[in-house]
Amino acid sequence: MRTPLFDAHLAAGGRMVDFAGWEMPVQYSGILDEHKAVRESAGVFDISHMGEFFVSGPGSTAWLDSLLTNNVAALADGCAQYSLMLNERGGVIDDLIVYRLGLENFLLVVNASMIGEDAAWMKARLVEGIEFENASAGFSALAVQGPSTGGVFEKLFGREMPVERNRILEIGEDFVVTTGYTGEAGFEWIMPVQEAASAWRRSLDAGAKPCGLGARDTLRLEMCYPLNGSDLSPTRTPLEAGLGFFVDLNKPDFVGKAALVAQKAAGIPTRLCALRVTEKAPPIRPHYPVWIGGEPVTETTSGALSPSLGEGIALAYLPAGFSKPGQEVEIEVRGRRFRACVRKKPLYQKET
Amino acid sequence: MNVPDNLRYAESHEWILIEGDTGTVGITDHAQAELTDIVFAEPPPVGKKVAAGDVAAVVESVKAASDIYSPVSGEVIGSNAAVEENPALLNTDPFGTGWIFKIRLSNPAEADTLKDPAAYRAQIGA
Repeated sequence: MRTPLFDAHLAAGGRMVDFAGWEMPVQYSGILDEHKAVRESAGVFDISHMGEFFVSGPGSTAWLDSLLTNNVAALADGCAQYSLMLNERGGVIDDLIVYRLGLENFLLVVNASMIGEDAAWMKARLVEGIEFENASAGFSALAVQGPSTGGVFEKLFGREMPVERNRILEIGEDFVVTTGYTGEAGFEWIMPVQEAASAWRRSLDAGAKPCGLGARDTLRLEMCYPLNGSDLSPTRTPLEAGLGFFVDLNKPDFVGKAALVAQKAAGIPTRLCALRVTEKAPPIRPHYPVWIGGEPVTETTSGALSPSLGEGIALAYLPAGFSKPGQEVEIEVRGRRFRACVRKKPLYQKET
Repeated sequence: MNVPDNLRYAESHEWILIEGDTGTVGITDHAQAELTDIVFAEPPPVGKKVAAGDVAAVVESVKAASDIYSPVSGEVIGSNAAVEENPALLNTDPFGTGWIFKIRLSNPAEADTLKDPAAYRAQIGA
């Protein structure tokens, strides 16, 4: 599949790769250059492949609260929250953003690879009075991220960007939200597909640099934001993934709650840990074996050379007893083991 | 795309400069452009013996690791520490300071099986 920006990506020198069935740009000028642009000025990503669902009708809040881990009832009008949808075993089906557009009116943005599965899961649990619409085909989206995003925002919309995170502005048929996946200031701009080409061009004119999935991955990994399908899976709970902050075990029942309560009582067996290499080593990649005390115990779920830190970084599920910052591990690369250390998340922190 | 006339080329995008019975090996301009930002390079140690087509070195971009094959058989007699220190030399100067290793050819006739510049240009569509 192609987003409406396919031709624009080629024109900007985009190198296209397959991502969840979509032909997406992995990079334009280069991952290091694009990563730096987002950390130091402003970059724009095509995120049109992500899915948009609308949920409305009386009882929508309670229905979403029965399917998602975070507290939808506590979400203020005009705000967004990160949440997870779990299976009965407490494993992660998908992580997503819930936008409250009104009292019983919500927009959900889900991962591209999970649109079909998420929609089927939700429709199978639909209750009387709730309207559920998978509007993914009708919407495109851009993410504009970086410390100079405020200036880009003003040029695009003629007003100041909200300082607060997770705020929604409805501008015409568009939703502009101060969210992102990079750890920088910025916004995500969801719009009808026919607007995408013009929105892309205007973003570039306003000073944002085209950025691809490669930089998106290194930026999010430095922040330890999990990627579903790599760091999250149907066999790991959000408690193991370190996402307990986005799980409200005090709210009424939701799918997976019983499993999480039981896991918490029994002790969380593994923890998704941030690792940083402590000696000169090749870049770390997903599925590299991780050793503790001379035994292979797990493998990396994500890994990269951090462009900001200049060192290898990774995420891996470690046994709880070996998951504290300072824990020494080894990561195996092509048959050789390199020293690494569990670090506090995020791995990258802005110098302020 | 730069394809110097004084070199021979392997289909897997290495170049070799042959001077008598020694050769200097690196990756082509085309290869570095395809790999993009090279962030790690591991040249072979001096003394390593390789056959033509063996993996001799590894280079990694942000996105992927790539094996570098020796275009000829022989013994490694030089290893470029500069690219280990500064892997970006492979991007900025692939035919110069970005060379990877030097080799003493055990079978100089193998060089004739490599591509000449015209054949390599045809392969990459340059």
